[in-house]
Amino acid sequence: MSETLHIDWTRCDGRGLCTELLPTLLDRDDWGYPLAKRATNGDRSNVAVRPAHSEAAREAVYLCPKMALSLANQVAGFGQ
Amino acid sequence: MTPVTAEMPKVVDRQGPSGTHRLFAAGNDAGLAEHVQTFGALPLHGVDARLIDVVEASGLTGRGGAAFASWRKIAATVDARSGAPLERKPVVIANGAEGEPLSFKDKALLAHAPHLVIDGLLTAARAVSGGQLFIYATDAGLPAVERALAQRHDSRSIRLVAAPETFISGEASAVVNGIANGPALPTDHRRRLSESGFKGRPTLVLNVETLAHMALIARYGSAWFRTEGSDRDPGTRLVSVSGPAGDRLLEVAGDAGLGDVLSSADIDTSSIQAVLVGGYHGRWVRPMGYRLSPTGPASHTVRPGAGVVHALPDSVCGLETTAQIVGYLANESAKQCGPCMYGLPAMARVLNSLAYGGRDPQLVRELGRLSRMVTGRGACHHPDGAAQLVGSALEAFSAEVAAHLAGTCTKRMGRRS
Ligand code: SF4
Ligand code: SF4
Repeated sequence: MSETLHIDWTRCDGRGLCTELLPTLLDRDDWGYPLAKRATNGDRSNVAVRPAHSEAAREAVYLCPKMALSLANQVAGFGQ
Repeated sequence: MTPVTAEMPKVVDRQGPSGTHRLFAAGNDAGLAEHVQTFGALPLHGVDARLIDVVEASGLTGRGGAAFASWRKIAATVDARSGAPLERKPVVIANGAEGEPLSFKDKALLAHAPHLVIDGLLTAARAVSGGQLFIYATDAGLPAVERALAQRHDSRSIRLVAAPETFISGEASAVVNGIANGPALPTDHRRRLSESGFKGRPTLVLNVETLAHMALIARYGSAWFRTEGSDRDPGTRLVSVSGPAGDRLLEVAGDAGLGDVLSSADIDTSSIQAVLVGGYHGRWVRPMGYRLSPTGPASHTVRPGAGVVHALPDSVCGLETTAQIVGYLANESAKQCGPCMYGLPAMARVLNSLAYGGRDPQLVRELGRLSRMVTGRGACHHPDGAAQLVGSALEAFSAEVAAHLAGTCTKRMGRRS
């Protein structure tokens, strides 16, 4: 099941913790903000996360000091 | 449930205005009497969710800039409402904030045809079974609306809210944020406004001109709406034309030719070197064979955005003009999102340098790199709009770029000789 990592730019302060945890997905831009290495359909605020990086992405969501990250399409916890 | 039909019962027994003179057909400063006399009474009791099909058949798109299909927005709001508890009735907002400095059509519409906007808001509210209703506009637009509301008895549920005079205040999430919480700043778009907007309720934000068209569509139907414009861009739109000859407000058919729009505004196209279409988030084009349409190939069409056409006279340097605009956009960043807060000033600096004497060929490459860096990386499309403007300037003014890099300026030389 594919997931996307959403970046809330209004919260992110660009210190770059997530880019250290997810070096395969994210670069840092000129100012330290996370920069998607690959954009799906040009969307650079919702970064595709392959299963191999799912664990690291979850950790980034948990550790982001600004709570700027979230995962969408998480495996449904209830009902199925 | 009754089966859905494409037209609502005809209640208004009269013809809609013919030609492109629609929204201002009731004349300047139209009061309720002139309004009703011109357009007929609003058949509000006949309006329900079937309006969605009528609006879909009309092909109406948003006139606030993004040109999103209006029926989809309404339908998404209805979908979010079904199953929701009663206190989550949708909120409907008429957006007249018009932060774009080159746009004045929404202010004119609110001043001269406020009843049409109110009709549109009531119509949309019926279609989504809305609860709270707002009209959001800058101080310039509010008095006429206030007078109009005082003339009628069907609009007590509408509240007026003043919008600040900032570029970004009309962005949909900024509108909702401004009305609900005060600061008119965009919010993160993880959840759609149609699902969770004003105080968590399903929220429908429509531009005031879009609503005015909808008020006419509710009266005269979708086929009437399509008697002007083309299949890909039906109906009419308001256009704020500005340039050396001053400001002119036009209502033009969809898919209008840019040259025709300019000459309707009495602009001599032979003295114009380029035209900015769509405003500060728009696109420079030169010369004038383009058509104004939200869809169509970029080689022949240019997106009208909120209906902004700005003519640049031959005597002015397009790079300098664009540098000033990008400086303004950098200032108007709501400074919430890093790539926008830092990227736009960086772009403005590089473009300034190119406009005012820099001769390093790397400047152009650097502009491209920064544009790519900021695009798609904000809570709103402000960075994307700035990047598009800059990209189009480098293309439209490529001769000027070459001249600047070679240490001359096509305009200054022109003035000297
Ligand atoms: S960890 Fe959070 S705050 Fe830090 S750069 Fe990443 S998203 Fe931004
Ligand atoms: S992208 Fe820029 S203008 Fe838009 S919300 Fe973020 S900082 Fe504000």
